[in-house]
Amino acid sequence: MSSSLLRTTPVLRAGLRARAAKPLAAMATTSFTRGKATLPDLPYDYGALEPYISGQIMELHHSKHHQTYVNGFNAAVEALGDAQAKGDSKAAAAQAPLLNFHGGGHVNHSLFWENLAPNGKGGGGEPDGQLLTAIKQDFGSFENFKKQTNTALAGIQGSGWAWLVKDKSSGNLGLVTRANQDPVTGNLEPLLGIDAWEHAYYLQYQNRKAEYFSAIWDVINWGTVAKRFAK
Amino acid sequence: MSVGTFSLPALPYAYDALEPSISAQIMELHHSKHHQAYVTNLNSALKTYATAIAANDVPSQIALQAAIKFNGGGHINHSLFWENLSPSSSPDADSASAPALTAEIANTWGSLEKFQEAMVKALLGIQGSGWGWLVKDGNALRIVTTKDQDPVVGGEVPIFGIDMWEHAYYLQYLNGKAAYVENIWKVINWKTAEQRFKGDRDDAFKILKASL
Ligand SMILES: [Fe+2]
Ligand SMILES: [Fe+2]
Repeated sequence: MSSSLLRTTPVLRAGLRARAAKPLAAMATTSFTRGKATLPDLPYDYGALEPYISGQIMELHHSKHHQTYVNGFNAAVEALGDAQAKGDSKAAAAQAPLLNFHGGGHVNHSLFWENLAPNGKGGGGEPDGQLLTAIKQDFGSFENFKKQTNTALAGIQGSGWAWLVKDKSSGNLGLVTRANQDPVTGNLEPLLGIDAWEHAYYLQYQNRKAEYFSAIWDVINWGTVAKRFAK
Repeated sequence: MSVGTFSLPALPYAYDALEPSISAQIMELHHSKHHQAYVTNLNSALKTYATAIAANDVPSQIALQAAIKFNGGGHINHSLFWENLSPSSSPDADSASAPALTAEIANTWGSLEKFQEAMVKALLGIQGSGWGWLVKDGNALRIVTTKDQDPVVGGEVPIFGIDMWEHAYYLQYLNGKAAYVENIWKVINWKTAEQRFKGDRDDAFKILKASL
């Protein structure tokens, strides 16, 4: 799962050092010279999404939570390599949930930062062009899409994410939720992700998560979503 | 078919009674907002479920099961949680209040400290929202973790639970969940734990029946 993520996620690739351009699957089977994932810089200041998302939330979310996923992913990749070197299949298999969780956390947050932008400076407003046409076709209207997304977000039982996705074979748009840090993989291309973990809003919104889900539309970067859609 | 309506049980101590381990602000939101939401949504799901049963509407009954499990689990878990916490100044917060339980813990893990180490490891290993529980399974003690609000309802007796949702600690500990876990040991109610250990399931769940 993680190997296909590395191949298909440009944001994650950008977060790897140049010497690590090899896909994970190849690294795990042929080499112990592993590149390390690194925390990508935010494309805006911590306070830039206020008042919709507070600077304190952004700083902790990026510098602590995302960093922990990066560290956990690197540790799991290293442990996988060690297990491989020893021919220890059991130890290698034991890393699978950690690769999925921390690798997914790294991928998801990397996509998330890029699909947000300060309000009025790339963030908020409405999509246009072919993306808007597709949203209207698949959700009826932009308003309806937002409503369905907010319903999906509110329905997440526990920690997780909601994603606007493109089906790679049909080209159709859809809404999916994922538990915890499970990444969007396979036939679905993630276009827009919204973090529904409590750490994403609690310091500002506490239990009033509907207010966070309503506010986040003011900082959605539709330019990024359109680029992912056009790919 | 009529269904009972659950109500939010009162906390057995004041919101600020667990400070400094757990802040009053966390306790108030956690009890009056989060737990209340589980109770409200459980009652609503059960009411719809009763209608679906009366109408022999099996697809609707099946569709409601996730909401019943999540909100019912949230109600059960939090009800058990409040009762298994205690102000640190109380003798109940001293593990000496649980002689039979701590003897069995030492029997199982070697010592109370070793048990706590194992429990902390399990708690910090939870991926996403969930709970850690010490349970009695037959006569044996075990540590189990459950995801989201999945309750311990498989026949084991929950002795005490620790809420690892971010709402349980974030306002005070931020991303520092290891510090939350370290400090919660100071407010475990060992007297309640001993009673649950010596009793049976009905004892552990009597708080729920009382809230009907
Ligand atoms: Fe997050
Ligand atoms: Fe909770």
